[in-house]
Amino acid sequence: MLGGFFAGVLALIQGFFTTFSFFFKRKPTIAYPSVKKQHAPRFHGLHELRRYADGKERCIGCELCAIACPANAITVIGAENTPDDRRSPGERYAARYEIDELRCIFCGLCEEACPTDAIVLTPRFEMSDYRRGSFVYAKDRLLVPPDAGVGMAPDERPNGIPADLGSVIEQKSTVDIEEGYSATWRGTILKTERKGLAG
Amino acid sequence: MLAALSLDVVPLWVVVLAKSGFVLFVVVTTFAYAMLFERKIMAWMQLRPGPNRVGPWGLMQPAADAAKMMFKEDLTPSTADPFIYRFAPWISLATAMGVFAVIPFSETSGGLWSIGNVNSGILFVFALTSIGVYGISLAGWSSGSKYPLLGSVRSTAQMISYELAMTMSVIGVLILAGTTSFAGIVHAQAKWWFVLPQFVGFIVYIITAVAETNRAPFDLVEAETELVGGFHTEYSGLRFGLFFIAEYLNMIAVACVATLLFFGGWNPPFGLTVIPGIVWFLLKDGFFIFIYIWLRTTLPRLRYDRLMAFGWKVLLPVATLNLMVTAAIVAFGG
Repeated sequence: MLGGFFAGVLALIQGFFTTFSFFFKRKPTIAYPSVKKQHAPRFHGLHELRRYADGKERCIGCELCAIACPANAITVIGAENTPDDRRSPGERYAARYEIDELRCIFCGLCEEACPTDAIVLTPRFEMSDYRRGSFVYAKDRLLVPPDAGVGMAPDERPNGIPADLGSVIEQKSTVDIEEGYSATWRGTILKTERKGLAG
Repeated sequence: MLAALSLDVVPLWVVVLAKSGFVLFVVVTTFAYAMLFERKIMAWMQLRPGPNRVGPWGLMQPAADAAKMMFKEDLTPSTADPFIYRFAPWISLATAMGVFAVIPFSETSGGLWSIGNVNSGILFVFALTSIGVYGISLAGWSSGSKYPLLGSVRSTAQMISYELAMTMSVIGVLILAGTTSFAGIVHAQAKWWFVLPQFVGFIVYIITAVAETNRAPFDLVEAETELVGGFHTEYSGLRFGLFFIAEYLNMIAVACVATLLFFGGWNPPFGLTVIPGIVWFLLKDGFFIFIYIWLRTTLPRLRYDRLMAFGWKVLLPVATLNLMVTAAIVAFGG
């Protein structure tokens, strides 16, 4: 009985020592609004529609992103380029391009589906607002402004897969969208060569 | 300073009123910062930074909390007994504040730094804290819902069982000092603090004081995991704030009493008389408050039957034994 008493007292002292030593430890909290954490470049955040170096829009209005989207968050309505008003180098451009950021699950499949690397997920993540409607981002907010460069390239990102899990190979395939149109599907797949994972 | 006010030309009631106002102001300010102190210390022990948004280092947090508390809606449930429901928080608050009327904070050549120098201060304190139970149990009963009622039943049972052991633990000190006045007890500790000869009594007092103030790990009365909010579940706004103030004032009060009874009150340790007594008193008081917060962060809440068993089967016998041994030594030895 006495042994139990001393064991109990010892446990108490250990507990008090633990909390007291934590008192002096470094606190891991980041004071968020004043200090912002640097996200990885591959972070999946708010979308962006890129431009070519000459200022033309990359988006050709093919709607592949809308098809790939698992959350049905993307609406694309394409239109024909006319000789007087060429928005994109191809024949078509996106007359309307809308993403409902409340539906979006930020999976990045739109980015992978895009044949022209037009839609890109940026590391921006602060998009809180007061009205539901304001979460539907149209071209006015998605498209990189003409004077702000071309936007973020998806290739600039590290793929972030640990080396010991296998190697990453790039796969390209060509998809026929409509008669006379083809698009390149380009994505990365993970080849699992490591022992036990293969197959 | 306080004693200097008692000039013959000023009527007594003015002096008492002025002293009360001053002490009340100091005590309520201490409450506000004790709350911030607790939140900060708890946060640091849990690897969080704690309140730091309002003012530098969160120092204006108590003011923000008070403003929030005042502007919240004050609800009375339709099943409640309206008069008792509204009156109960005031019982808690009044008894918690009343304790500070007899606590001497320091002593100078001008006299004792207290509102009233009662010659049986410790009895007055115990009497008031016993009445304080009514605030909690009436609040729970008059809310007219089940969780507050359970909380108030628990509170009553807990208070009765722990107050016995607490009183027993204190009697040892009273025997050694030969007086029930706080000033006399502190004077008796000029050479040795009573924490040394009354170490067992000290430990029992510290434990029972936590139970008495309904703080973790003995906060069964407001155990939010079982009883939502315990006796104050139905309270909101300012009335909830009154209970909150009362709880913290009780904590400060038991820390003051512990300082007076066991840590030599305003007596400086190692003859360091350079530092005035009030500073020593506040340091010791702060030390005890820190201990209570430390306890809260470290220990999980007790199960209710174990709480009762601990009170009746461990603390009460230990305190009684301590009392008997002390009495025997004083009677036959000295």
